[in-house]
Amino acid sequence: MKMKTYIARRLGFALFSLIGLSILVFYLARVIPGDPVLMMVPPGTSPKVIEELRHTLGLDKPLYQQYLFWLEDVFRGDLGFSVYTQRSVTNDVLEYLPISLELVVLAALMEIVGSFLLGVLAGMHAYKWPDNLVRIVSYIGISVPAFVWAIIFQLIFALQLSLFPTGGLLDSQYMDIMRARRVTGFTSLDSLIAGRFDAFVNFVWHATLPALALCIGGMAQDARIIRAGMVENKEKEYIAMAKSQGLPQRLVMFKYLLKPSIIPAVTVMGMDIAAMLGNAFLVEKVFMWPGFSQHAIAAMLRSDLNTIVATVIVIGIIFAIVNIITDIMVAYLDPRIRLMEKGE
Amino acid sequence: MTDRPIEIKDLHVGYKTYRGTSKVLNGVHLTVDVGEKIGIIGESGCGKTTTMKTILQILPTNAVIQEGEVHFRSKDVLRMSKNELNELRRKHMAMIFQDPTAALNPVFKIETQLIDIIKSSEEYEGKKKEDFRAKCIRLLKEVALPDPERVLDSYPFQLSGGMRQRVCIAMALATPRYLLIADEPTTNLDVTIQDQVLLLIENIVEKRKLSVILISQALGAVKGFVDKVYVMYAGSTVEVAETKELFSNPLHPYARGLLESTPKLTGGGFSEGIKGRVPDYIDPPSGCRFHPRCNQVLSRCEKEKPPFIDIVRNHGVACWLYHKK
Repeated sequence: MKMKTYIARRLGFALFSLIGLSILVFYLARVIPGDPVLMMVPPGTSPKVIEELRHTLGLDKPLYQQYLFWLEDVFRGDLGFSVYTQRSVTNDVLEYLPISLELVVLAALMEIVGSFLLGVLAGMHAYKWPDNLVRIVSYIGISVPAFVWAIIFQLIFALQLSLFPTGGLLDSQYMDIMRARRVTGFTSLDSLIAGRFDAFVNFVWHATLPALALCIGGMAQDARIIRAGMVENKEKEYIAMAKSQGLPQRLVMFKYLLKPSIIPAVTVMGMDIAAMLGNAFLVEKVFMWPGFSQHAIAAMLRSDLNTIVATVIVIGIIFAIVNIITDIMVAYLDPRIRLMEKGE
Repeated sequence: MTDRPIEIKDLHVGYKTYRGTSKVLNGVHLTVDVGEKIGIIGESGCGKTTTMKTILQILPTNAVIQEGEVHFRSKDVLRMSKNELNELRRKHMAMIFQDPTAALNPVFKIETQLIDIIKSSEEYEGKKKEDFRAKCIRLLKEVALPDPERVLDSYPFQLSGGMRQRVCIAMALATPRYLLIADEPTTNLDVTIQDQVLLLIENIVEKRKLSVILISQALGAVKGFVDKVYVMYAGSTVEVAETKELFSNPLHPYARGLLESTPKLTGGGFSEGIKGRVPDYIDPPSGCRFHPRCNQVLSRCEKEKPPFIDIVRNHGVACWLYHKK
């Protein structure tokens, strides 16, 4: 099977699941208690006005019609009007999403690099002290939830040791500069575009603790998977064969052993990273990170239907994109998946 | 100082398991002279592969070499530094594994795996990628693989079992080495191609004048090819003789049983075989490990392990039946 067919098929699956997700979420958002129209208007508004407003918003139509109208709008880039912020939901998403995404990207990079280094270190020295240390630390890393890590890191590194800021996106003097220089909405990119490297460093400094809290569980898990793969594959006949040929130790370890060993970890890593945006909610809360999740939580508490649906769909789309990238990477690494997918 | 490629003396190797140490090798003796063709026969699980992996130092990580010596040209392989060991593997010996499917790395193309072997053994400065590819194609032609270009661009799972084993043979030949260890090279292949692959190995050994250790269950193949046969039972060398001598005059009760158990086209019906099976290595039988299955067992067999002695010139056996009091 060609790589193109493989990718096309993945995209098809993703689209299919996204449509399913949108139906589900749209329906759930309409059946949760709390009338959005009543929440928009001041108490004591006359029923007639309320009915008119309901009609204007299209909330008196049957559910499937509401869904189809909404879907049509979505494809035009219009996610509806937020009764909470009194702005277009698309605007809100464009404002808050980049701030969360750059946190997630940093956390993802940390997870990839960290799990790789720790996993290979442990796998190379299986059952010796570096391995035991990594295994113990991994257990703790996996078993403690991200928001607890957030609080622990904040207490130790920000409050006690004052190595990092306790929260926020930037120091206030940079905040003003960056607000004026907004191009993409990504603080990291905008600061580089503006040529303010100091603001970029300030941003990374603020993002380090929340990103670390966000990725530590996944990092620990992936390190364990890489380690387990290396330990298991070390006993495989093809490694004995590679050694018997007198190949240099480096080549055997870092090529013939490593590649088959990281494939399972890449899949899990992809799912971890894909789920990060949703998991970032509590971490953002702890570090007062002005991202998407804070906004989404506020929307949910106020039954802001359009924002809720948009939030879940955006998280779903990003989940799907990361998963497709992961699938492509796994297929690239593992010819057995790329060239002989089942059901051909 | 001798040029002998292999001299193994009283080798004991065990595997650590959760139940205790599995004492697999219990006194293996093996000598290979320059240009000699050696056959090793014995049931599955008697330690043939463990012995070969000890020679190349590619044992699984839970293996423990308890005692014994393995010499390569009078140098102790078990005490070699990593560099010496790699030079030994690179320049002097190559092994063909039992299962070519497991022996090839599943996620690299044949070309990648073959070129890495060539590169690690040769000076490759100034050589281009095309030079290596040309060399790969020559090698694959030597092992009679049709369409070598396509094979090079394939991954192992895209080839048949017989093709994979031919690729493994090509890898063993990739650099000029003079001892070839073939560990049951045809056991995992279809019956129809077993003979072809064995014939290929025989031709290459003759053409390149290699020394060879051929491990095989196919006694017929061993008989027609090797100079000398070692019989192993439960981790020990129990008998060794020149091929003709061994097949016409086997001494050890196990060797006799093994040779008789081969179905003959001329004989009537199936042969008897040997009762029982290879023993448990964690708690092996005392004395001679064969005694619980032996039909000529003596009282001392249970208590003492028989030493390996030459009965006549070039015919040795480890059995109390032949021990003069």
